[in-house]
Amino acid sequence: MPLNIRTYHDLTEPDRSGLPGQIGAQRRRVAERLATVARVVAVMSGKGGVGKSFVTAGVARALARAGRAVGVLDADLNGPTAPQLLHLHLASCTLHDGVIEPAVSAEGIRCFSMALLLEDGRPLAFHGPEAESFVWRGTLEAAALREFLADVAWGRLDVLLVDLPPGMQRFAELAELLAEPPPVVAVTIPPPESEEAVRRALRAARDRGAPCLGVIENMTGGPFSGDAGDALAREFGIPVLARVPFHPTDDVWDAIVPKVEGSR
Amino acid sequence: MKFLCVECDRQMAFEDRQLPGDGTLAAAFRCPQCGRVVALLTNPMETQLVASLGVKIGGTTLPPQPLQTVRGMVATGRDDAFQEIGESREARGPIWSVEAEERLARVPGFVRGMVKRIYADYARQRSIAEITPAVMDTARGELGLEGM
Repeated sequence: MPLNIRTYHDLTEPDRSGLPGQIGAQRRRVAERLATVARVVAVMSGKGGVGKSFVTAGVARALARAGRAVGVLDADLNGPTAPQLLHLHLASCTLHDGVIEPAVSAEGIRCFSMALLLEDGRPLAFHGPEAESFVWRGTLEAAALREFLADVAWGRLDVLLVDLPPGMQRFAELAELLAEPPPVVAVTIPPPESEEAVRRALRAARDRGAPCLGVIENMTGGPFSGDAGDALAREFGIPVLARVPFHPTDDVWDAIVPKVEGSR
Repeated sequence: MKFLCVECDRQMAFEDRQLPGDGTLAAAFRCPQCGRVVALLTNPMETQLVASLGVKIGGTTLPPQPLQTVRGMVATGRDDAFQEIGESREARGPIWSVEAEERLARVPGFVRGMVKRIYADYARQRSIAEITPAVMDTARGELGLEGM
């Protein structure tokens, strides 16, 4: 005779572990920390090597030049480059009153990155069983993103740029942690191969309900041929925010500021 | 994850947690009606997966430290990655025994400051005047500090 077993959701008695409560508390910490951040913008691309971090740094500098309070969260945990691109000195992170102070560039850009924590030249490695590490590594990286959002004293910011790694997994994690999916800026290079990869990423972002601010076509005027920026803009009904040559001047970045900062 | 005593049709309550130090975890749950106890035993991968979520089976009474999961899990962190400034809570005790200090010195620099603070908070919360290796062992189990 089969046992009559109640289901998980049928059991509602208080539980000391309170795992859902612990998860809820984590989310509240993120929300509380970001309450002073006017806008979180994800810089993404489905393609590696298109210059997301370079673009993020350029946009951050332009925002700072325009007098905006701007932060950069380097969400590329395995290939972090934001501190170098923002010319940050890799000093010790300061802990103060239970929070971590972000590093601050000469232009006043606040930044946090795994590069600030890792030994020189060493990859991001975790304690834990190597066997079947694929099971827990992604979860741990999502936890790192959550802690970067929640435990860094971002302070009052007009814009927090989140520099995402290639692919869409980290974007999904970010969208999950925020009250609503963040607006995205897509970065591509001109060739059709990049267009195809960025198209998938833009569709994934759109499917999650994330507004797309536009596309930035990077590395124009060089050896790459194609019109990925225009093609993506037409397809998704979004603007080309900028065409960034190999050696961009400040005015290229400055033109992006009003489109990224949103209404003030 | 919940446990149901099928005979009593009652949700079992968390009772105890043990970390043997080999990456596994044992958590005991008791039926509030019949008193029967069952143990959840997780292998290292399962233990790691739960820890990766930043949650503790059995809950925790201490507030989370900043970047607690990152500092507790990253194996390639710089020894001097963090510098604490501001008022030191150490002035309000507890004291550390020589043996406890020696054990703490073996903790990698990347996570040492956080580990020290967690043990100190644990001792303060329980009015323990001196942190000894025995206190550290008890705290590890009670707080679910695998690897610390």
